[in-house]
Amino acid sequence: MSENLIVETHDLTKIYGKFTAVNSLNLRIEEGEVFGLLGPNGAGKTTTILMLMGFCEPTSGSVLINGFNPLREPIKVKSIVGYMPEKIGFYDDMTARENLEYTGRLNGLGGSGLKATIDELFEVVGLKDRANQPVGTFSHGMKQRLGIADVMIKQPKIAIFDEPTSGIDPEGTDQVLNLIKTMARQKVTVIISSHQLHQLQKVCSCVGIFSRGQLIATGSVDKLGREALRKGNYHIILPIAQLADRVRTEINGIPGVRSIDSVADSTVVAADDDISVELSRVVLETTGLKVQMKVEEFALEDIYMQYFKGS
Amino acid sequence: MNGLLEILRKELADSFNSKRFIILFLLVYLAGIATIYIAAQNIRAAVGDSTSNIFLSLFVVSGSDLPFSFPLFMSIFIPIIGIALGFDAINSERIGGNLSRVLAQPIYRDSLINGKFLSGLTMISVLIVSVVAIVAGLGLRLIGVPPEAEEILRLFMFVIVSILYGAFWMSLSVLFSVLFKKTSTSVLASIAVWIFMFLFMGIIANLIAGAAFPLSQDSTVAQVADYDNIFRMVSRISPGTLYAESIQAILLPMMGSTSPTMMMIGMYSGLMPSPLPLSQSLMLVWPQLVGLVALTAVCFTIAYVKFMREEIRST
Repeated sequence: MSENLIVETHDLTKIYGKFTAVNSLNLRIEEGEVFGLLGPNGAGKTTTILMLMGFCEPTSGSVLINGFNPLREPIKVKSIVGYMPEKIGFYDDMTARENLEYTGRLNGLGGSGLKATIDELFEVVGLKDRANQPVGTFSHGMKQRLGIADVMIKQPKIAIFDEPTSGIDPEGTDQVLNLIKTMARQKVTVIISSHQLHQLQKVCSCVGIFSRGQLIATGSVDKLGREALRKGNYHIILPIAQLADRVRTEINGIPGVRSIDSVADSTVVAADDDISVELSRVVLETTGLKVQMKVEEFALEDIYMQYFKGS
Repeated sequence: MNGLLEILRKELADSFNSKRFIILFLLVYLAGIATIYIAAQNIRAAVGDSTSNIFLSLFVVSGSDLPFSFPLFMSIFIPIIGIALGFDAINSERIGGNLSRVLAQPIYRDSLINGKFLSGLTMISVLIVSVVAIVAGLGLRLIGVPPEAEEILRLFMFVIVSILYGAFWMSLSVLFSVLFKKTSTSVLASIAVWIFMFLFMGIIANLIAGAAFPLSQDSTVAQVADYDNIFRMVSRISPGTLYAESIQAILLPMMGSTSPTMMMIGMYSGLMPSPLPLSQSLMLVWPQLVGLVALTAVCFTIAYVKFMREEIRST
C-alpha cells in the first residue's frame, strides 16, 4: 500500500533529562499527502518537526526524508524541505522583497528568474502592494503569508508548517489554509501541526494524533472517527424513523450488518464495511422507496475529545 | 561554502548601513585625529635631537592637554568595536525568529556563524586600516617628515596586531551571543569581561606579586626584578596586556624588553638602549602575538561547537 514513503521515522526518541518528549515514534508519510500532526501542547509535535529538519539530534532512532538522513546530509534534505517555524520572523528593516531575495539566494537562485518567481509569489500570497515595504510594518497575518511565500520560493517537495494559523484572525486563517491547499494541489507533501482542529480537518487528508510523545492513532478523519467513536463500524443513516420488521430482517441479512437502531427521526445501520450501495438496493426492493442515505461523518473535535477524555 | 558568501554579503551590507557603525566610525576617527593633532604639536619636545623614527613617534607622543597617545586610544576603542560587532550575532537572529527560517535553507549551519565572524573581521579591518591611514596622512601633512621603509612596516604590523586584538573581543562576544539568549545579557557579559581585564587585572597582578615578593624602600634590584616578573606574568592573563606589550615593542624600536621596569633598571646600570630592527622587536613579542591568536581561536571554537550542537528552536 505504501508505495512512496517520503517521510519515515524508526523508533524516533528524544529525551530531555528525565522528560521523554518523543517516544519511539514510527511516522510514515506518503508523497502528496497532507498530514496533520494533532495533539495537546507538549505532546512532542514540534520536537518531532525539529528532528525531521535536523535541528535537533534524536536520542535514538532515525529519520529518513526522501531517503536522506537530515543530520548526515542536511543540504540534500533542506533543499527539498520548506519549513515555517511557529514564531516566524523576518529581518524587520529589510523589505519583504529583500527578505525573499535573501532566501532565494541562499537556495542558489538569482538573477531575473528569481525576480520573476518573487513577483509571482507576491501575487499568490496577496502581498503585491506591500512588497517594497519593510517587514517591520507588517501585521502577524501578513508575516505568516510572507512565510508561506518564503517556503514556496524553493519549490519544495515537502512543506512543514508548525502552527501556521495560531494567533491570526479568521480571515487570515482562511487565506493561510487556502495557500496550503494550493500547495497540496501542486503535489507538495504538506505536514501541518496544529490544535485548531476545524482548520486541520479542512485541509488534511490524513492526521496523526500525538499524546505524550507517541503517535496514538493515524489515518483519515473518517477512519479515526469510526475507530474512536464507533468501535470501527460504519454508521449509515437512513432518513426513515421506523422500519417495518420485514425490512429490518432483510437488512440484517446483508453480510456485515451489526445492528439497526432508531435514532430520533432516522435509522442508523451499523456495519463492518461501507454497505450503503447494498443497503439502498435492499431498501428499494423491499419498500419501493428510493432513499437518500449517507455514511456518518465525524468532526475532528469529537475524535480528539474522545482520545484525550481521560487526561 | 554553501551560503557563506551570501551570508557574508548580507551581513556586510547590514553593518555598513547600520547607525551603530556610523557612530563607531565617527568616534574612532575623531579620537584618531585629536590624538595626532596633539602629538604633532608636542613632537619637537619629545623627539629632541634624535633623527630616526620621527614619523613613528607621532603615533606614541601624547600631550598635556590630552594625555592619551594614539595606541592608548586604540586599546580602549578596539574592545568596544569588537564587542559591538559580535554581541548580538546569534541571539538576535533567534529573537527575531530568523534563525530557524534561515537554517531551514540549504546551507550548512556553520556558514551562518562563519559568515558573521568574517563580516565582523572585515568591518574591524576596514575601520582600523582607515583610521591609521587617515592619522598617518594627517601626521605626514602636519610634520612634513616622510616615514622610512621600516616605519611603514612597523605601522603595518601595528594594524595587523590591532585587527587581531579586535578579533579576540569579537569572538568573545560572539561566544556570549551563542551562550546567552538575550542580547542585553550578552553585551553586559562582554563588557564585564572587558572591565575586569582592563581595570582589575592590574590590581590583582599587583596583589599577587606584592604577596610573593613584598617591596620596600630598600629592596634590591633582584627583588624588584622578581616582583616585576610575577606582575607581568599575572597581568598577561589579560589580552589587553598582550596587546599593549605587542604594540609597545612594535611602535617603540627602543624597547629592548616588554617590561618598562626592566628597561629602567637596565638604564640605571649603564645599559643605553639602542633601536632594534623590526624582526627583533617582533621576536620580543612573538609569545604575546601567539597568545592573542590562541585566545581568539579558543573563544571562536567554543562558540562554533556550541552553536553546531545546539537545538534550533524558534521560541
